[in-house]
Amino acid sequence: MTALAGRPKTGLDANAMIVGGILLLGALWSLFAAASGADANMRLHAWVIGAGFVLGLFGMVGVYSNGGVERDPAQYNETIVKYGVIASMFWAIAGLLVGVIIACQLAWPALLSWDALPQLNFGRLRPVHTSAVIFAFGGNVLIATSFYVVQRTTRARLAGGVWPWFVFWGYQLFIVVAATGYLLGITQSKEYAEPEWYADLWLTIVWVAYLLVFLGTLAKRKEPHIYVANWFYLAFIVTIALLHVVNNLAMPVSFLGSRSYAAFSGVQDALTQWWYGHNAVGFFLTAGFLAIMYYFIPKRAERPVYSYRLSIIHFWALIFIYIWAGPHHLHYTALPEWAQTLGMTFSIMLWMPSWGGMINGLMTLSGAWDKLRTDPVIRMLVVSVAFYGMSTFEGPVMSVRAVNSLSHYTDWTIGHVHSGALGWVGFISFGAIYCLVPWLWKRKGMFSRALIEWHFWIATLGILLYITSMWVSGIMQGLMWRSYDSLGFLEYSFVQTVEAMHPSYIIRALGGLMYLTGALLMAWNVYKTIKGDVADTEDAVNPQSAAIQPAE
Amino acid sequence: MAKKQNPIWGWHKKVLEQNSLVLTVGVLAVVSIGGLVEIAPLFYLDETIEEVEGVRPYSPLALMGRDIYIREGCYNCHSQMVRPLRDEVERYGHYSLAAESMYDHPFQWGSKRTGPDLARVGNKYSDEWHRDHMRDPRSVVPESIMPPYAFLETTRLETEVVEGRLRALRRLGVPYTDEMIENAEADLEAQLDPFSASYDAFLARYPGAPVRDFDGNPEMISELDALIAYLQVLGTMVDFSTYEADADENLR
Repeated sequence: MTALAGRPKTGLDANAMIVGGILLLGALWSLFAAASGADANMRLHAWVIGAGFVLGLFGMVGVYSNGGVERDPAQYNETIVKYGVIASMFWAIAGLLVGVIIACQLAWPALLSWDALPQLNFGRLRPVHTSAVIFAFGGNVLIATSFYVVQRTTRARLAGGVWPWFVFWGYQLFIVVAATGYLLGITQSKEYAEPEWYADLWLTIVWVAYLLVFLGTLAKRKEPHIYVANWFYLAFIVTIALLHVVNNLAMPVSFLGSRSYAAFSGVQDALTQWWYGHNAVGFFLTAGFLAIMYYFIPKRAERPVYSYRLSIIHFWALIFIYIWAGPHHLHYTALPEWAQTLGMTFSIMLWMPSWGGMINGLMTLSGAWDKLRTDPVIRMLVVSVAFYGMSTFEGPVMSVRAVNSLSHYTDWTIGHVHSGALGWVGFISFGAIYCLVPWLWKRKGMFSRALIEWHFWIATLGILLYITSMWVSGIMQGLMWRSYDSLGFLEYSFVQTVEAMHPSYIIRALGGLMYLTGALLMAWNVYKTIKGDVADTEDAVNPQSAAIQPAE
Repeated sequence: MAKKQNPIWGWHKKVLEQNSLVLTVGVLAVVSIGGLVEIAPLFYLDETIEEVEGVRPYSPLALMGRDIYIREGCYNCHSQMVRPLRDEVERYGHYSLAAESMYDHPFQWGSKRTGPDLARVGNKYSDEWHRDHMRDPRSVVPESIMPPYAFLETTRLETEVVEGRLRALRRLGVPYTDEMIENAEADLEAQLDPFSASYDAFLARYPGAPVRDFDGNPEMISELDALIAYLQVLGTMVDFSTYEADADENLR
């Protein structure tokens, strides 16, 4: 650490006091909950939560006995982005692995379920998978890249001293609390918002800190204009805060208990949930990752963004229209028809701003299309945007009531989600990480370009197997459900449709396994690059200095 | 010759792109509209929920069963929402009404049918069938891909928490009376014993609730008791003989 000794540090400032106070309160609450929690699950879970807070306190003591966190205003805070990249890689592997496991459980249920281990049943593992890939992997990618991009595009060091670290570690704690809770059976049962009230409260605190760090950095900016990527990050952070708070309004049974009841019920709760659920897609998985597209594609391709005006139009249109699309998850349900129709109409309109983003991303390659052939990272980024275009076309199609009557409740939805998640979100994240690792660790390139090629092709084939098998099983099951025999009776029992999907489930598991394999190759590549084994690499990136460049 | 520029671009560049707070407020305003227009009316438009007879809050035992249903993540694979489509109505029964989930905090409509819809599973299978099915789903449905839940019948139900749960639901507007809350734990036990002294009082509080030992083991109140009690009441509350789908108040 001698090389760092000369850098200015914060010392024990007010920020440290507040963060320390929050951690202390958390630890105390955990202690009470462990000792006299209202239910058995709470008493167990409180140990996990308490351990997190105590570790945080130890960490604070360690850092502040060394003078505090770095605060050199002439340098970007790259250390936190490095942590974010490693966390992203870790959660990607974890989340994809759980995905492969639950895919195998559906293909071979008797082999992969254990009487003695209800924690590992599909019903409890499925939210572990969805939360791990969306919030743990996706969330860490978003936090890491946003911290990187906002500094570079404002030419200012990340604001807030210790607060960015609070955001990073606080977010990891949220993930661990959420995932261990699911294994114990602690869940609100609201999809993609399963964590119980205390985890939700904790995430709210972390998220507000995130917003303030981001806004604080924007406020310090040395550039007069806020770059387009930051509009998208900002919309993502602000809207997720709104969605999270409203959808998670709940009444805890006890303030030392693991169970709460949602504030709304039935039809109102259903629409609130899917207003949240669809916009978790719209703002977490779309707006946030569009921000990545707007920084990393131009940067890697060394081309300006295709159209400034298109970015303005599609930004405002996208965030305005997305919010309305939730009711398409509730076609033909007990939700009033006027709401369903509104949701469908806006979902179809959403196609245009979505493709506005796709066009702006793809056309940024103008004059640099040859890089598609020579640079696998560019190829990954561009294929990602192509998947974005495909799934944002498929989405509006599925939102049409007539199509939805067939597709809803089937694997078609699962396939649709994964073309967006694996193709768009996964690839844009991997592409960004392939850019970031050499930039952050000051290497001339990634350890192996060939491994990136392998990653790209294995993962792409994996996605294709995944989505085609789900199209087949979904459409087949939808058609079997509504099939009548010549005497006017339903032709198939439910379980016959389950049996018919077995081959698709095997192919899907294989596709997922290939995607995971690609990510493992990447993890190895990242590890070797960080270690510094880049002497023989063909990959070459433009070095990015950690020093903040003076304004021109 | 420079073309005259639309002032909106200049305004975007000068105001929104140079003031992070204005941009934040702008985003917040733009994303609030859709939710307000779509969700808010559901809370005050009377015709959102049909007028039906029979829907009542869950009995304490069924409520505990519902919490187990949620805990195990059953909603990941089972919907509780029969759509008004010919094949669904024939397969599962009358399409679901909004009124049927009016006390469901949160709703359990689900989004995926890896297994069949359960909105009307109540009274469709015997308790014995459910027992066998939970122990080993493939013993009764060989092609099933459901995991086994054998541990439920050997796990004691945490009955002491039920009163607090009723109380929390009442704070949210579920019409549990003082009497129901006071008797929550006793009612939970009464539902398992058709010969108990409080049989009539229990049924007066929860009309139509099935009363019997659901898991076949009177020695212990198990989690399986609660789960089967919940499953057996699903979709059975509304008296469809008195429900007029075409009545004005039910047209939505």
